[in-house]
Amino acid sequence: MVHSFLIHTLCPGSAGSASVCRVLYSRAFYSEPLVQLPAGLVPGAERLLQKEQVAVVARQVKSACTLSRQAAGKHSPESCPPPSDEAAAVQEADCGMFRLGAGEPFQGEKTVLWLGVLSLGFSLVCEPHENLLLAESSLRTLTQHCLDHLRLLGPPGTDVLLKADRIEALLDRFLPHGQLLFANHRFIHSLDKELAASMAK
Amino acid sequence: MFTAGAESLIKQAREIQDEDLQKFYTRVSKLLHGKDFGNETVDSLQRLYLIVSATKYSRALPEDVLQLLQDLLCSSKTAEQFQALSCAILRETFPCDLRNLSDEEGNSKTMSHVAEVTLAQGSNKDKVSSVAHRVLKCLEARQPEGQSSRYLLPVLSKVISLSPDSLTEDQINLVSRKLVDWLRYASIQQGVQLSSGGFFTSPRTRQPGPITEVDGAVAADFFTVLSLGQSYTEDQWMNMHAFSMIRKWLLCYSTDGNGNGDTDDKSEVDGSVMSMVSATSTSSRLLPPKERLREKAFEYCHRLIEQSDRKALKKSDAELQKACLIEAVTVMDIICREDPSFVYRAFACVKALYGRLSGDLAFSRALLPIAQFYLNHSETAAVDSEAVYRQLFTRIPSELFQEPMLAFEFTQFCRVNVKVLRESVGIFKHSFPNLFKPLAWNSPALISEYVELLPSLIGPDTAIEILHSLLDLPCLTAALDIQLRSASSQPSERVPLDPSVKVSSSMEAFRHPYYRGMFLYILRDEAGTGDTIDRLSVLHEVLADMADSPRIVQCAQTTPILLQVFFNEAAQFADEKLINQLVLVILERSSLLYDIPNYKREVQRVFSSQLLVLCKLHPSLIVEQCKELMEFSGTTGNIQSKENFYTHVVWAIGEYLSVSYDKRCTVEQITAFFETLEAVLFEITQVRLSASIPTYSPRVITMLLTTLSKLASRSQDLIPRVSLFLSKMRSFARSPAVSSWYSEEDIEEIHTRASELINLLKLPSVAQFVLAPSTEGTSPRWHRDTNTSLPLAMRAISKVLQRDSSFSPG
Repeated sequence: MVHSFLIHTLCPGSAGSASVCRVLYSRAFYSEPLVQLPAGLVPGAERLLQKEQVAVVARQVKSACTLSRQAAGKHSPESCPPPSDEAAAVQEADCGMFRLGAGEPFQGEKTVLWLGVLSLGFSLVCEPHENLLLAESSLRTLTQHCLDHLRLLGPPGTDVLLKADRIEALLDRFLPHGQLLFANHRFIHSLDKELAASMAK
Repeated sequence: MFTAGAESLIKQAREIQDEDLQKFYTRVSKLLHGKDFGNETVDSLQRLYLIVSATKYSRALPEDVLQLLQDLLCSSKTAEQFQALSCAILRETFPCDLRNLSDEEGNSKTMSHVAEVTLAQGSNKDKVSSVAHRVLKCLEARQPEGQSSRYLLPVLSKVISLSPDSLTEDQINLVSRKLVDWLRYASIQQGVQLSSGGFFTSPRTRQPGPITEVDGAVAADFFTVLSLGQSYTEDQWMNMHAFSMIRKWLLCYSTDGNGNGDTDDKSEVDGSVMSMVSATSTSSRLLPPKERLREKAFEYCHRLIEQSDRKALKKSDAELQKACLIEAVTVMDIICREDPSFVYRAFACVKALYGRLSGDLAFSRALLPIAQFYLNHSETAAVDSEAVYRQLFTRIPSELFQEPMLAFEFTQFCRVNVKVLRESVGIFKHSFPNLFKPLAWNSPALISEYVELLPSLIGPDTAIEILHSLLDLPCLTAALDIQLRSASSQPSERVPLDPSVKVSSSMEAFRHPYYRGMFLYILRDEAGTGDTIDRLSVLHEVLADMADSPRIVQCAQTTPILLQVFFNEAAQFADEKLINQLVLVILERSSLLYDIPNYKREVQRVFSSQLLVLCKLHPSLIVEQCKELMEFSGTTGNIQSKENFYTHVVWAIGEYLSVSYDKRCTVEQITAFFETLEAVLFEITQVRLSASIPTYSPRVITMLLTTLSKLASRSQDLIPRVSLFLSKMRSFARSPAVSSWYSEEDIEEIHTRASELINLLKLPSVAQFVLAPSTEGTSPRWHRDTNTSLPLAMRAISKVLQRDSSFSPG
């Protein structure tokens, strides 16, 4: 069961402050059941907690990705030639995994998988004993679709912020309620067709 | 990818003024009231979503907007886009007072969305239970035309992981029966393709054919997730969804009391040795639902393992095969844990699988659940697992250390199973050189795992070698890098060099026979061939051209943390012999380190603090190692290269070289140390006219002075010598040359310290008390006995010191 999916910035893009890591989209598939917040907090406290947790994950992914790129000797994304298409972008993306201990910041232990495509990061926060290979391929599929439907590789736009319904449709099909699916290429093809049909309407 | 435009959009969404916001809400409300939803409505809803999600503080939507959105969500006639948007917006505005979201019976898609919003409001038991009941009602009921139950299984999966108790026993049995049907009895004909009314459709072309395997052959047995078809039927979709959640289900609802007693275990196990797969499957119809589900899940996994042997035509299917292998072995593991009678059948399968995969590095990720299976069950089945562990601990870390995902999973495996591995797997303890390879390559990602894993690797027989390996971890990183680059270079560049050739780079050194042995040592797989090598400094020199490579710098930054962990652990069990060895290693390696910026300094810092810890544990080490310590403290060059560490060593000597800590401490030893330190101090305080500014801090001087005084107070013949020296130091501090070296405060400090010590040494017994307190100083007697009580003594001393503070030099 996947806990959440996020899209966030990775490194200083052509705009924005250098050190701020912006979460562009986040979706939590469930809230941890045992979180007992102290009584007397403002009503929005649980949501605030969730947003803060997501921000922590995004920042950690950002530093993990930066260190990984540094170690591999890769240059900053601006100076790299843009990838030819979405599939190539996902192929060439940096990837990694790390563990978040209990309390840091989620109540239970979690494993974070991330993909870094140029200056955007796509992360999945999973339960510890998840099928991580399946999670990785699901993340790659999701990322490729996001790049495609949100036109993230073309000239810069604001689709990722405004076309959230597309990301929702994607997640509903490929990661329904956070469930990782053992979908072979024919199942994926069927899902793609359904997705295309719904987006065309 | 992310622009100023997007950045400002987020800002706008966060900072939108209340007035504008209310106007916007009104507009949304008007649009939603209308009959037709056009582009404008979509646009507004998208912006509304951005507004509520861009800020971490909740926004309260007005009542009517909330109601409209809820109506939109619950109506089955809404287009998907609007359902998705309203669902997303409602999710983001929790907590909000959701009136009981009514859902139309039987519409599973809507039900799924509603469940999502409900569960996003918090996962307390009541909410989860109510969602669970609705899902089950939907599942049981017949789906109307065009609807599919497949949207319900993920919700069910979520519900049981949040709150397994929300299902009753009957409901569990019901779902178990349905899962059996979906997993085992799905159709093996392809689904009818929903063509959009093509021109060339004829009854012949629309005839569905049989399902195929991933390599194109016709399906050999029942339908699984590795079965391909042009389009799928409803029950085939349910098959895929069911398998996706089966692990979770089995974990949640393991039956208790199965094979608990030892004797019952054996008889069950013996009985099943004889049984064949088909024989059990026919009789399984008589089993209760949970047990039947287990049986069918086992068969499904068995089939998946067989199917994974086929060569998939598409790359994505090949990846899926690996994921299925991992899942299948894991599910078999769970089943065997619940019901040991499956172990023999499972082992037959898993062993064959291991035989197939063991040579192929591409399937290494699947090796981990296999190893886990062996760890859990090889004792039950009396199966020899040596080969599996050998493969795991020798080949994987040494050949696949650069794969980030595999390295992480491998480390997790080690960390989670470390107790069992340490006790029952012989090869584990001595494979730490291999285990360090993934860490050396990818330190930032794996450091927190190794901080937990490392203590379990350290034992009395491996401690010294581990310490040396940790200190040379950056060298390991460099060697691995060279090894990789060499493997991918031209064959002509891999030829061994002539021994007479002088090397100009680390790459060349890798091929040179003189250095080859050193590289092979660093890259070794197993421990036991020696703690370290003689010519380590040569290796460090030849690797100098890589010292600023980012990967090595990252490793160098994490190593001091591991050293700290090492010493913490070693201190727990180290005996005197080991402590002595550790101190020797510390002294020796403090100058023998790979020259990376800051690395030496950080390691020396760890050494300084750990030296004191070790001295405290075993104070006699000063006496036992006096030869090495004297050599170390007598070398003036050490002050320049490792001042902080040197100061600590000198302090330790002053503190612990006394009869009260070790009866074997002789006057000769004290005198010998005294003379060594005196010579050093003399050398560094020479006021040479052409002297350049010294590179050591005044702290070294004061530390040496204090230590010399301490030693003198224990061997009182030395007092006149030290007093002479101290008065020389006072004039040294006041000399004009020195005032240009140090700041005013530092000079004052030296002067004050020298004066205090002189005064103290005038009263030898007080000096002894202050400078060399006996170890009994912490016992309560010191406070109660009127003659020797501490407060009294301290008062006396401060009077002495204050009275003489205005004593004129001379």
